[in-house]
Amino acid sequence: MTDYLVQFNNISKFFGKVIALKDVTMRLKKGEIMCLLGDNGAGKSTLIKTLAGVHKPDEGEIIFENKKIIFDSPKDALDIGIGTVYQDLALVSLMSVTRNFFMGREPQKGIPFFKTFDVDRANKIAAERMGQIGIDVRDPSQAVGTMSGGERQCLAISRAIYFGAKVLVLDEPTSALGVHQASMVLKYIVKAASEGLAVILITHNVHHAYPVGSSFTVLNRGKSMGTFQKKDISREKLLSMMAGGEELDKLEVELQEMDRIHGKN
Amino acid sequence: MSLKSKSISSKSSLNEDERLKKISPLRVLLNRPELGALGGSILVFIFFGIVAGDTGMFSAYGMLNFFDVSANLGIIAIAAAMLMIGGEFDLSIGSMIGFAGICIAIPAIYWGWPLWMSIVFAFAMAVLVGYFNGIMVVKTGLPSFIVTLAMLFILRGLTLAITRLITGRTQVPGLRVLIEDDPLAWIFATDTFKWLFTWLGSLKLIELRTDGTPLATGIPPSVIWFVALTLFATWILMKTRYGNWIFASGGDKVGATNVGVPVGRVKISLFIGTAVASTIFACIQVLDAGSADTMRGTLKELEAIAAAVVGGCLLTGGYGSAIGAAFGAIIFGTVSMGIFYTDVDTDWFKVFLGAMMLIAVVFNNYIRKKVTESK
Repeated sequence: MTDYLVQFNNISKFFGKVIALKDVTMRLKKGEIMCLLGDNGAGKSTLIKTLAGVHKPDEGEIIFENKKIIFDSPKDALDIGIGTVYQDLALVSLMSVTRNFFMGREPQKGIPFFKTFDVDRANKIAAERMGQIGIDVRDPSQAVGTMSGGERQCLAISRAIYFGAKVLVLDEPTSALGVHQASMVLKYIVKAASEGLAVILITHNVHHAYPVGSSFTVLNRGKSMGTFQKKDISREKLLSMMAGGEELDKLEVELQEMDRIHGKN
Repeated sequence: MSLKSKSISSKSSLNEDERLKKISPLRVLLNRPELGALGGSILVFIFFGIVAGDTGMFSAYGMLNFFDVSANLGIIAIAAAMLMIGGEFDLSIGSMIGFAGICIAIPAIYWGWPLWMSIVFAFAMAVLVGYFNGIMVVKTGLPSFIVTLAMLFILRGLTLAITRLITGRTQVPGLRVLIEDDPLAWIFATDTFKWLFTWLGSLKLIELRTDGTPLATGIPPSVIWFVALTLFATWILMKTRYGNWIFASGGDKVGATNVGVPVGRVKISLFIGTAVASTIFACIQVLDAGSADTMRGTLKELEAIAAAVVGGCLLTGGYGSAIGAAFGAIIFGTVSMGIFYTDVDTDWFKVFLGAMMLIAVVFNNYIRKKVTESK
């Protein structure tokens, strides 16, 4: 028995000859925020899709609440409580907050064959849930298109939690947001974790990840460069690791060399 | 200075209320998709009230006339609107009307089927055609515009070829005698509220024929179907889970799929809906005229789409209303009949139709921006 809520052990995924992921291991406890850092092409999207049940891992195992799990579809992942919020958020901007919140899972009332969408209850729940995260939805029938980017992100996360997510997988939740909006979303993520959720935060922005994360896994070219507790690693170290630090160091040396030569001439 | 600080403090203390008040009732109304069509209908009625108010257009008989035309168009416009909200088009509506017409007439006249059986047969064919349209669009991912354009030609061709093959003509008359005593046909062929018109006639409130019976005998079946379908479609869109799925499928196919909406099933059912609505249209017209014509319904698909667009449906899907489409149909029906009562040459009707649609699209586009604009 371990006290990990979810473990992804030695996950590998191949597409033909391409090794998209190799031996990636991540373990999360309740209330923990693990930041998955990586540059473009590091294998982040493949890993997300593997966590969400879209891809089946070719090697490795997923253990959820000490039981080995095999996902056959995204629905399986959802059913056991791994909620994924993709970058596109799956929100329809022309539809109301309520209609988006309950999209695909509308509460119903009435007798069979004449069941109606319980709009009043849905409105109430949606407004309540958004209120809890400090977003004052003036009118839950307002279109999502009128909300700010941060509010939309929060709506999508809040929806995943409401529908039973125990592990939240967030794909670049702050990438399209300004500083203020991003901090609003990050604050909400911390709050969600403090209420007992495990959060996997996928990002390429160390400045957003470092303040909220409790541990950091760095992904580079499909391989994990290791998982680090916050106390063991600095922001700068993470940053350089993520970008492939050696390469940057080399670049710096080369630039200095060029400067020196140009300076002479 | 003190005035300024006072106004700020009162603002913050009333923060919540003030934010609520920001949305004026007008703004709420503006955000409804059917507003344009409702306003347009009122304008059209005012216009004809002024130029044709004394011509008999607004007598009971005249009104039933243009409501009949509106209602026929409305039946297919509502189905077209629902499909458009679901993010697809159906250009085969007009051809389906012609096809359904001969599906009723040929078995009934040439094969000796009872009329009700040929009507059931026509509806079964409609479900098949709609299913085929839907499955083609969903499985191939091709634009519905292309798929249903192909179906437009296929169905019209089939209608013409089959009819000429079996009957040697392009029209199949002789249905009227079969309507009497048929257990099913009456729901497409009965005027209702006759007692009301008789009563009004006896009070001399509406025009009478020389023999003393009222000129307008009852509410035509098209109007009843039209009203019932408008209510039904609105109930589905606004009040059911399936309605939410329609908006979601049209608004963002990928997002809807990701949260578990069966987008494919929703779209297929909406294609079946337009084909079935075309068949209802065909039943009413064929039984009213007593004959099926292979060219019946030509260009109706475009009128239906135009009415839906005037009614506030976005061409990109995810937004619109059945009530809007109903008002769109009323605008077209009223103008197409009303123009006879004015001095204007009827040739101008199509000009109006086009202009109306253009105005509606521009207006809708503006509304969409309003709805989706960020704070």
